[in-house]
Amino acid sequence: MIIGIPSESALGEKRVAIAPETIPRIIGLGFAVQIQSGAAEAAGFTDDEYLAGGATVAGSKEALWDTSDIIVKIRAPGQTSLDQASAEIALLKHGKTLICLIGPGQNPLLLDLLSNAGVTTLAMDAVPRISRAQKLDTLSSMANIAGYRAVIEAANHFGRFFTGQITAAGKIPPAKVLIIGAGVAGLAAIGAASAMGAIVRAFDTRPEAKEQVESMGAEFLMLDFEEDGSGQGGYAKIMSEEFIAAEMQLFADQALEVDIIITTALIPGKPAPKLIIADTARSMKAGSVIVDLAAEQGGNCELTRPGEAALIDGITVIGYTDFPSRMAAQSSLLYGNNVTHLLTDLCPEKDGQINVDMNDEVIRGMTVVKDTKITWPPPPPRLSAVPKAPPASVGESSAHLEGAPKKSTAPTLIALASVVGLILGLGVVAPPSFMGHFTVFVLAIFVGWQVVWNVTPALHTPLMSVTNAISGIIVIGSLLQMGSDSRIVMFLAALALLVASINVFGGFWVTQRMLRMFRRES
Amino acid sequence: MSSGIISAAYIAASILFILSLGGLSNQESAQRGNLFGIAGMALAIGATLIGGTPVSYALVIALMAVGGAVGGFVAARVEMTAMPQLVAMLHSFVGLAAVLVGFASYLDPAGHFVGAEKTIHDVEIFLGILIGAITLTGSVAAFGKLQGILTSRPVLIPGRHILNLAIAAACAWLGYCFVGADSINGGIWPLLAMTILALIFGIHMVLAIGGADMPVVISMLNSYSGWAAAATGFMLANDLLIVTGALVGSSGAILSYIMCRAMNRRFISVILGGFGTPEANSGTIETGGETAAVSASETAELLTSAKTVVIVPGYGMAVAHAQHPVSELVDALKTRGVTARFAIHPVAGRMPGHMNVLLAEAKVPYDSVLEMDEINRDFPTTDVVLVIGANDIVNPAAQEVPDSPIAGMPVLEVWKAATTIVLKRSMATGYAGVDNPLFYRENTRMLFGDAKQSISEVLSAL
Repeated sequence: MIIGIPSESALGEKRVAIAPETIPRIIGLGFAVQIQSGAAEAAGFTDDEYLAGGATVAGSKEALWDTSDIIVKIRAPGQTSLDQASAEIALLKHGKTLICLIGPGQNPLLLDLLSNAGVTTLAMDAVPRISRAQKLDTLSSMANIAGYRAVIEAANHFGRFFTGQITAAGKIPPAKVLIIGAGVAGLAAIGAASAMGAIVRAFDTRPEAKEQVESMGAEFLMLDFEEDGSGQGGYAKIMSEEFIAAEMQLFADQALEVDIIITTALIPGKPAPKLIIADTARSMKAGSVIVDLAAEQGGNCELTRPGEAALIDGITVIGYTDFPSRMAAQSSLLYGNNVTHLLTDLCPEKDGQINVDMNDEVIRGMTVVKDTKITWPPPPPRLSAVPKAPPASVGESSAHLEGAPKKSTAPTLIALASVVGLILGLGVVAPPSFMGHFTVFVLAIFVGWQVVWNVTPALHTPLMSVTNAISGIIVIGSLLQMGSDSRIVMFLAALALLVASINVFGGFWVTQRMLRMFRRES
Repeated sequence: MSSGIISAAYIAASILFILSLGGLSNQESAQRGNLFGIAGMALAIGATLIGGTPVSYALVIALMAVGGAVGGFVAARVEMTAMPQLVAMLHSFVGLAAVLVGFASYLDPAGHFVGAEKTIHDVEIFLGILIGAITLTGSVAAFGKLQGILTSRPVLIPGRHILNLAIAAACAWLGYCFVGADSINGGIWPLLAMTILALIFGIHMVLAIGGADMPVVISMLNSYSGWAAAATGFMLANDLLIVTGALVGSSGAILSYIMCRAMNRRFISVILGGFGTPEANSGTIETGGETAAVSASETAELLTSAKTVVIVPGYGMAVAHAQHPVSELVDALKTRGVTARFAIHPVAGRMPGHMNVLLAEAKVPYDSVLEMDEINRDFPTTDVVLVIGANDIVNPAAQEVPDSPIAGMPVLEVWKAATTIVLKRSMATGYAGVDNPLFYRENTRMLFGDAKQSISEVLSAL
């Protein structure tokens, strides 16, 4: 089947659905790929790079949409108006497949148009939140980029260093950054800001975020308040009024201290919560920066103007809605990788044919239109296959392990007692000559025991081969017997001598060979 | 020559053997230790020949030359990956020699004992042959398994425990008959019957033990070969044999103990065999989720961008003969300023210390090869771990799933590293038959394919 990559029609969209680096992997699945001429220009890729990767170039938009079986895009057909959407959908014929961001919850009319046209549609923004689907979760990969870019934008508008320095000209304190919401974007922002040397604090309503925040090198701000903000699928949920009052107070206090606030708080399917009220924002030092990653959903800050960076009373409030597009080459690569993982799942045979398997939980979740039927929303997800380990069981297991050696004390004592008894018994019945040999035997065991424990584990194999060689000492036995008058005894002894000699020579030789190999770093 | 001087030579030889084992406590003194062993052996043989009973020197030298030539030929040619087979084969020779010497001692008309001494001598012969015979066939079976002639899965005959018990009971009864026999003709039949039973028992015991328990089996047979030599010493009233046998016996016993502890299993349950059988699997957990595959070039990128890399080799590296490309990979990483080290689990491979020998062969310096206890605390600060053909020894279920069959087994905590790349031929479970949750971790990547080929591809991508 032919996969087509059209130009993005949405205004200001610089990304392209698949970067040239990814093309050979898709072709490896058996697909042919074509790209609309110039579609990747804004992302910084040329048509030639795609040709080099094995794709073909279609001259016009119509030619591309007409000849492709699968259209891979970023934005849903037509972001500006439904008229334009229908124009693009008109280019998609019945039985074709569309893979892009859809926003199925917000765009019911678009779903109608797609189902009327009979276009099977997989929404890249409807990936189920289960662990095996993470590799195609484009919301995560875009959020990662947005978080990073938010720090870059903040640094760009912040007229000072992030890192503290002591220079000949004087001391510079490090910038203090507050990050609200420790999802993928928040954690990426923490990482970027810490790497630049800022002091980073972060807040999240979900208690499990604390560990992640701290692992990224930031301080986790705690509320003196008991409420768990974890909603379904790892997202946050709406909190109680008392909680919100407490957290607003926290932000108001922090705003007086920090230089930069980056907000990333989103609740799925709801407008973004207003966390930084106008007064709080204005209370910040002049020159401070607020980056609002939730601007598209209305913004976390009351002063945010979606789509622009505004200077309000000395505070820069950045409300861009196109952070991933501002890093188009990186976003295109990651989006294309996500799509490639989806194509790999859709095409398990690697024969260039896709199979939209509605029994596959991930594919079922992403498919919003199948042939002419709207299949959104999907049935609720099954619980994750990996159950959370109950904390109690950890305690149990350690208790179990500690308990084990205690039990074995009694048998050891019994064994020891019986060995002592056995030796005493032997002493009673055995003749003195035997006891002499027996003494040697027992002492030799103890000497061996002491010596061998000192052998380094790395030399256990040479230890075995050298003990092999010296157990060839049995040649002494056969030598002593070879003087016998009895022919059969002599024959047996000769055979034993032959066999044991193999041991003596082979064992020492191979040990020497091995030991010569061990060498120190020169 | 007086017997006093022979005794003195024997004492010197015993000391040299002890020094030989002591020399293996570290790599610097190891070669000297081996030379001590050779000197001790030469001294013991020389003293016996010069001062012993009338023997035809020509015959002795001819026999030793033939045996030595065979041993030297094999030792010079054997591949390091085949070391376990060679060791198993050498064990079987000691077993065979012990059986032969035992029979010779019984049939020797010179040795006449009466009363308690005769009983003790008979018991010594009986035990020497018993242990020797078990060592002989057990080692042959182990050799077959390691060489791939026999299946490495446990072969479980129904009612095998009853069969073993029956053999043990029969041997005890035959021993009673043997010791009670008045004449050589009366005693030889119980002795022969016991030998055959012991030979059967040796094969049967090792067949029931699976491939990855081989480190325990090999060490155990090592121990047996020592006890067989010691028993021979008792029957010939020769202290040098007793001392040497006891040294080897306790050495093998220690190794078996170390191996069992490294698998958190009881020695007896290893010997009774049958790990990885269906009834042992009831404790497995469903480890859902999907693995993330990675290509050789991506692996190369991960490795070069890392600061610290730890490589965990397993039996798969030996099977694929991948030690040389792995060593080249480490050299390539070191020239790029990456700290690359090896982590060795005590039971990695098919015999104790197997991996160390393979890496030494590939010219990996031993000071960058670390033991489990040394490296485990470093994993949280490691950027990339490369697991090559290992499975159970890196299974987090051993620590996290209390009812897992391998629960409590000490493992290399590779999952604490930033990224773990697992080289594997397929998604098959390890020897223990336990699914490995490591493969489904978020920070784990799978590089499928033959280890040698994969590593070569990574190398060329570097």
